[in-house]
Amino acid sequence: MTAARSIGGTILEVDAVSLAFGGVKALTEVSFDVREHEIRAIIGPNGAGKSSMLNVINGVYRPQRGTITFRGVPRHGVNPYDAASSGIARTFQNIALFKGMSVLDNIMTGRNLRMKASFLEQAIWIGRARREELDNRARVEAIIDFLEIQHIRRTPVGRLAYGLQKRVELARALAAEPALLLLDEPMAGMNVEEKQDMCRFILDVNAEFGTTIVLIEHDMGVVMDICDRIVVLDYGRKIGDGAADEIRGNQAVIDAYLGVAH
Amino acid sequence: MQFFFEVLIGGLLSGVMYSLVALGFVLIYKASGVFNFAQGTMVFFAALTFVGLTEHGLSFWMALPATLVVMVLLGLAIERAVLRPLVNQPQISLFMATIGLSFLLEGLAQIVWGTSVRGLDIGVADEPIGWIADRFGLNISKFDLVAALIAAVLVAALAFFFSRTRIGRALRAVADDHQAALAVGIPLQQIWGIVWAVAGAVALVAGLLWGARNGVQFALTFVALKALPVLMLGGLESVPGAIVGGLIIGASEKLAEVYLGPMVGGGIEGWFPYVLALVVLLFRPEGLFGEKIIRRV
Repeated sequence: MTAARSIGGTILEVDAVSLAFGGVKALTEVSFDVREHEIRAIIGPNGAGKSSMLNVINGVYRPQRGTITFRGVPRHGVNPYDAASSGIARTFQNIALFKGMSVLDNIMTGRNLRMKASFLEQAIWIGRARREELDNRARVEAIIDFLEIQHIRRTPVGRLAYGLQKRVELARALAAEPALLLLDEPMAGMNVEEKQDMCRFILDVNAEFGTTIVLIEHDMGVVMDICDRIVVLDYGRKIGDGAADEIRGNQAVIDAYLGVAH
Repeated sequence: MQFFFEVLIGGLLSGVMYSLVALGFVLIYKASGVFNFAQGTMVFFAALTFVGLTEHGLSFWMALPATLVVMVLLGLAIERAVLRPLVNQPQISLFMATIGLSFLLEGLAQIVWGTSVRGLDIGVADEPIGWIADRFGLNISKFDLVAALIAAVLVAALAFFFSRTRIGRALRAVADDHQAALAVGIPLQQIWGIVWAVAGAVALVAGLLWGARNGVQFALTFVALKALPVLMLGGLESVPGAIVGGLIIGASEKLAEVYLGPMVGGGIEGWFPYVLALVVLLFRPEGLFGEKIIRRV
């Protein structure tokens, strides 16, 4: 696809992951891998387990069976905080921004793990705390420019239109300089123009920073256009895995999406 | 006119003391969405511990850090023992827990230090400052001025801390959305520990100043009631709101007492702040400085 980035080795390995809520099986023996610098999509009909999969990777849910290996380290009993510390950032399907805070402050929270000054240093605002605040502010301004949201920098997030909130959430996730970026339906509820913008940003992020991206999306056109490889889930099982062309011709996927005559 | 200014300045200075108490509430409410009913008791607990230590022969400058340590540890212990088990429970459960905590601390403080009323001397006399009286003809209490200065410095430091540092921002983020805060890598429990420890320290300062003014006794817990109209007026999650709210309440209650009081037979100082706060609530339900409630449908 793009010349600038070259897809590297495996960064995330999902191996035979099963997740159930009581008797409801959300995921059954799902395995796939994500390679460094690629854009990987997870698609599937409603209720296929896409968001559950993302929540497992991000540590919100703990799978009953199966292992997840991130950057060569198998993980056990992680929570979202651990996941964030290990370099996984995410956005949410229903936007989880800090609504009372300004766009700038929201994005600055994304830098939280990158800032090391102690409580006392911050309390008296000396040396490291001050320098750190300024350095990180500069990084955040670069991201703001990159995502073209300079004009709303000081606006409380709760006042912004939906499409812009989605963009701010992406900015907050990027601020963490993640090794792996999870996007849960980044284009849901957007109009065509906003979708095009978001596609462009996702491709730019991937090309510019080489960020590995896993995204969930309903819009098949979008997925086929911007993703390197696609995992297809249906009723919590993996029914397809491969590049866009392979998925297009996959009979199981066509059946899942269009229904099948019995 | 001179009398008017005397009343106004006296009111503003005592208003700063209200702000100080209100600040403790704001800190905890901002970070965890909990209205800490026990804040007044923490003020009492701090003052009583300080006095108790000085009675055991510690000097002022030894008792101060010792009490600070006690209050910080108390704050951390409350977070660990009371709040942490209640994560993700409804707000009302947390509120009820702080009511229980309030009774527990009241009892505990009096078991350890006894129930008698004590005086507290912080070495500043409650008398008019000579040179101001000479030059402007105004009687301003030295104690009030020093107390207000201490409170002002503390308030300014905290306001700065909240708006300009990583931990301050993390506090606001945690208050807004726990799940999102965790996902961006904010350690929830560490933040709560810090905020309760800081609230304990603020309670110490408030306890010393109010204890020196009113004597250290059980009634000190009712100081918290004076903070309620300040909070309603200023908004529960705003540090600047607590300051301005305190100033408005302090000044208006004194002025109302002096100028409106005689018309209704006096004694309106006690309830005037509440009426004022209610009137403000009619027009601005989030308070003067509270975060505006934006609801999308």
